[in-house]
Formats: sequence, C-alpha cells, structure tokens
Amino acid sequence: MRTSYLAALMGGAIGLALTAGGAEAADPIKIATIAETSALGGVGIPNAAKIAAEEINAAGGVNGRMIQIVEYDDHNSAAEAVRAFQRAAQQDKVHAVIATYISEVMLALEPWSGRLKMPLITPGAASNDITKRVHDDYDHNKYVFHGYLASTQIADSVCEGVKKLAVGDLKMKTAVVMSEDAAWTLPLDEEYLKCLPKVGLKVLDHVRLSPDTTDFTPIFNKIEGQKPDVIITGISHVGVQPTVQWQQQQVPIPMIGVSSQATNATFWKDTNGAADGVVFQMVSAPDVAVTPKTIPFAQKYKDKYGSWPGYAGYTAYDDVYMWADAIKRAGSTDPDKMVEAMEKTDYVGTIGRINFLPKGDQFAHGMRIGEGYITGLMAQWQKGNPVTVWPTKVATGKMAFPSFTKLPQ
Amino acid sequence: MLALQILIDGFAISSLYALGAMGFTLIFGVSGVLNLSHGAIMVLSAIIAWWAADLFGGNAYIGAAAGVLAGLITAFITFRLIVRPIQNSRAIPPEEKEIFVLTGTLLWGIMIQEALAHFFNNTPKTVRPLIEGVTQLAGVRTPLNEILTTVVSWAVIGLLWLLVNRTRMGKRLLAASMNPRGLTLLGFELSSVYLLVWAIYGVLAGIAGVLLGAFLGVSSDNAGTLTASAFSIVVLGGLGSVSGSLMAAFVVGYLETLTAYLISPTIRTVPVLLLLIVVVYVRPQGLLGRR
Repeated sequence: MRTSYLAALMGGAIGLALTAGGAEAADPIKIATIAETSALGGVGIPNAAKIAAEEINAAGGVNGRMIQIVEYDDHNSAAEAVRAFQRAAQQDKVHAVIATYISEVMLALEPWSGRLKMPLITPGAASNDITKRVHDDYDHNKYVFHGYLASTQIADSVCEGVKKLAVGDLKMKTAVVMSEDAAWTLPLDEEYLKCLPKVGLKVLDHVRLSPDTTDFTPIFNKIEGQKPDVIITGISHVGVQPTVQWQQQQVPIPMIGVSSQATNATFWKDTNGAADGVVFQMVSAPDVAVTPKTIPFAQKYKDKYGSWPGYAGYTAYDDVYMWADAIKRAGSTDPDKMVEAMEKTDYVGTIGRINFLPKGDQFAHGMRIGEGYITGLMAQWQKGNPVTVWPTKVATGKMAFPSFTKLPQ
Repeated sequence: MLALQILIDGFAISSLYALGAMGFTLIFGVSGVLNLSHGAIMVLSAIIAWWAADLFGGNAYIGAAAGVLAGLITAFITFRLIVRPIQNSRAIPPEEKEIFVLTGTLLWGIMIQEALAHFFNNTPKTVRPLIEGVTQLAGVRTPLNEILTTVVSWAVIGLLWLLVNRTRMGKRLLAASMNPRGLTLLGFELSSVYLLVWAIYGVLAGIAGVLLGAFLGVSSDNAGTLTASAFSIVVLGGLGSVSGSLMAAFVVGYLETLTAYLISPTIRTVPVLLLLIVVVYVRPQGLLGRR
C-alpha cells in the first residue's frame, strides 16, 4: 500500500476531527487497485485510477461521497494478489476492486470475488475463462466483470486489422503464428488459427515459446525457414527481447499482432529503437480520438507521470468511472445492487462505448465488441512514436518497415 | 544449414554462459563463497550500461564502461557489506558461516533486484550493442554483435587464464584456493588476496552482464534465473573447477540450443535440468570436480 492511502487516512482523520460535533462526513467510496507496480504496464492501473478519482472528486464525488483509491502491489504473484484482495475486502473494507493485467492472477482472484461478494473488474487480463466462469456459474461469479477484450476477441480484432494491412495493402499470403505459452494465448491461438485463413492468410506454422525465453535466435531461424510473409504475434510477458533480437538478427519478416510491451510508451527506449516497424494491437492510442475522452486522458496521464499510459491505463481509468457510475445508479454500495447496475452500464470511456454482455452470453460480463462499441486499433512504432495505422478512418499514418524486412512484391 | 546454425548459435550462447559462470566459480574456488547475488550483479551492470548509454546520447562505449564499473563497485560493496562482516563475525560459529554467507548474499541479491525494479521498472532493457549489423558466416546470417560477444567472452576468459597461471598475483590466488593457511604462514595478507579476487569477480560479472544485456536483453526479474544458471553450470562442471565450468557451459549452451531447434523452444531448459539431476545422482563432484 502506498502513501496515497496513508495520506488519505490522515486526511480523513483530520477531516473527521474538523467536523466533530457537526454533521458526520460521508464515508468515502473505496476502490482498490491490485497490480504489479514495478512493471510499467502494471503501475498504470493505480496511476490512471487516481486520475479518475481526482476528477470525480473534483466534480463533487458520487452521491456526495468522495472516491478513495487504495493501492496494493501484488508483485505479479497470484498468492500475493489473493492476500491483497482478502485484506481489501475484510480489513480495508473497499467497495470494488480493479485488478491486474495478468490472466493467471485474475483467475486466482475470481473465486474470491464470489466468496467475499466483492465486485471485481480487470482492466487488462484477457483469458476467455474469466467470462466463461461467469457464464457457467453466474450466481457465484456474477461480481466479476471483464474490462478488457477476451483473447478470442483480441484475435478477431487482429484478424480484422491484418485483413486490411497485411492481405489488402501488402499482398501477404502466408503467416506463422508466434505466441507465448500462457493462459491468455490458448484461446488467442485457437482463434488466430481459425480467423487468419478466413481473412486470406495461410498459417504455415504455429510456434509457442516459453515466457521465460531470453534467446529467440532458434525461434526466428525456425520461422524464417518456413518462409512466411508475416509473423503474427501473441506476446505479453516477453516483448522487448524478441523485438531487439528480431532487429539485431535482421529477420526479414515483419511482425504484426499482439505485443503488450509495445503498448508501453518507453518501448522505443527499452529496445534502443529496435521497435521500428513493429505493428501491434491496442484499444486506445494517445494520437487517436477513439472517443472525445481518449486524448485528454492520455495527455493528463503524461503530464502527471511523464509518459503515455500503457493499455491497462486507459481501461483502469474507465473502470473507476464505471464503478462510480454503477454506485450512483444503484444508490448504494451493496454489492448485489452494484452488480445489477454495472450490468446496465452504457458508458463512453476512453476505449469506446462500453456495454457488458448479459449472463447468457458466452462472454458474460465481457465487453460488447464491434462497430459502435469497442473495435481496437493497430499501431506501428515509427521513428520513436507509435502511429495508428488501422482502422483507416482514424489512422494517423501509413505503415513503414525497416529496410531489412522483405515485403511480398 | 540447420547444423551450422546450431553450431554457431550454440557456440555464442555457450561462450557467454562460460563467462557468466567464470567469476562465480572463481570466487568459490578462492574464498569458498557461494555468491547468490551473482545474477543481480550481472543484471545491475546491464541496466546501468543501458541507462548510462542513454544518458550520454546513445554512446555504447560509455554505457559499457559504466556497466562494468557498476559491476566492480557492487562486487566490492557485496564483499565489504555482506561477506566480510559475516566472515569476521565472532557471534556466528565458524561451521555456520557458509550458510550465513549463502543467506546473506541471497537476500542482498533480492535487495538489488527489488531496487532495480523500483528505479528502472522490471520491463527488460537492452544494452546498445557496440557494433550493429549482420554478416554471413558460412551462409548463416549472424549479427556482428553475436560475434563480438563470443570474441570478447573468449578474450576475457583467456586473460583470466593468463592472469591466474602466468602472474605472481594469479599464483597467490591459486595458492589461496589450495591452502589459505599456508599462504598466511608465508607472510601474505589473505584479506588482500580476497579483495583482489572480488575485484576480478566484479569485472567479470560486469562484462558478462553488459554482454548479456546487449546480446539478449535483461530484466530485474532475470536475476534469480541467472544465479541459478551459473550455479547449475558450476555444479555440473565441479564446484571451484574453472575448466569444469567452461566445459559445463558448453554442455548447457548446446543442449539448450539443440532442444530449442530440434524439439521445442517451450522446453528449452528442461533437458539441462534433467541432466543436472542425473549428474548430482551419479557424479556428485561434477564433470571435472576433484572431490
């Protein structure tokens, strides 16, 4: 837990002392964030949540109550996240939790959300199982919401982008899928293998690598041996290292797909510029007005923390607003009433218009995807900056690849 | 073609492993210290190299020098702050000192790792390579940086060999590893020998860290794995045996590369761990261990 919580406690204590004898100050609404704060992607969750809380509080709070963010660091460990969750629910008496971008951690928290009747949303984990559990056992798991795309939806979004960028613009015909061995990539790969051929890319091979891999030479050599036009990626735990080795080894095949580390603003610096030409999927980017809220939030984040938010920053910011909105509409912090109100969410956030799918849907409590809701973007690192290249109507530039890559004629 | 590729890549990674394990085994051989903060010191050197290069407008040479210097300084701090006080302590019984050093360096390594994660976050960093570009080695496209990594690793190992076997300073180190009491009886100050071996260790760990950072990239999360990897190589080769470590580094490097190419990159490290278990059972003294 960080100083902001202590400061808030002290502030609360002083506030109480000042109002003693007068009307009792309304208790704050406490929202917990559980994330790995030493990771750039992870620290974006509490950071963005605090921006949202400050804005809501400055506008008078929710039903007269202030929002207070209580931060926990889970060190990327499911066990620590569960302990933090228990403490948040039982000792610190928070009203809702925004947790993690790691599927394994989210899946460990999910049963506790039901047991402790604690509303929970993840701004970044992607496993399909998160919403499948809500679908399969709604009564127990209804407190869980999925504030990010499920892996299958991510794969579909990438396929849509690839259809235009790789097949349409670059006339590519073949691909190798390269993804890390993790919970979130199982449904991702399954969907890739289905949707890539549909958009016109023949999948020559499917390479899964250990998230602990540091030497990617054998993997790139193996892929190059298959002579694909493009490598479709599904990486999140790894990112900097494969990108740098791709550039150092001058692997002549472009990489397009999911590369979570590439969504970090420091990716260019971390890779010493090797990121040039890497195309990656995002839901929001600082240069695209996905909604009128996207750019002002990204700018505010940068002004406050010195860099653009990673992907879970946008969603964590929206999540605070959605919990606040649900509590406002429910008129209470009763968990069952909050869930009921959250299910009726129709909120335009930084990533698009957010509706949660009903309990009968296979992605129950997942976000509605598609035109008019959440669509996703494809961006490419070019000369130090991420440039949005798809969808065409919001694109801020065209694709450009480093000279060592070979594109189909 | 594939065989050639495996040969080249395996050689590069094995050379780097050998260099990484060299300092670890040297310090055990000479002063009996198993330094479990080894991986953290390597990562620190790499991250400082990355940071300094960026600070000085992308100058890779300043970065590399700063990284090696950071390794040296951290090695001295490790010795002065952690190892020395435990070795000199009267409160700790002599037979328990090894365990205390083991625990002390382990915790120190975790402290370094956490500090790095705090100040630089745990996203991997890559050190700017001294030379960029690729060349064809018998038809295999090889990054120049990979060749440089191999050459520097071997040059440093060669220099270490010369230092140990051909200089008075080195002979003192050898003597200390064989019979420290004898060395003190001859009028040599054992503490200055230890200081020397830690200095050599710091430079070795620093160079290995910087090369690793430029070749593959490192994150603070890798500290534990790097220590474990050096430890495995040293156990496989025989604790304290420099030539054993060299041999083991090549066994590990090639086994990993073969697995990644011929079986699956997902299980790259598994065969090595299995081999290690077998060696511990069948030949606990390691490949070239004396005991």
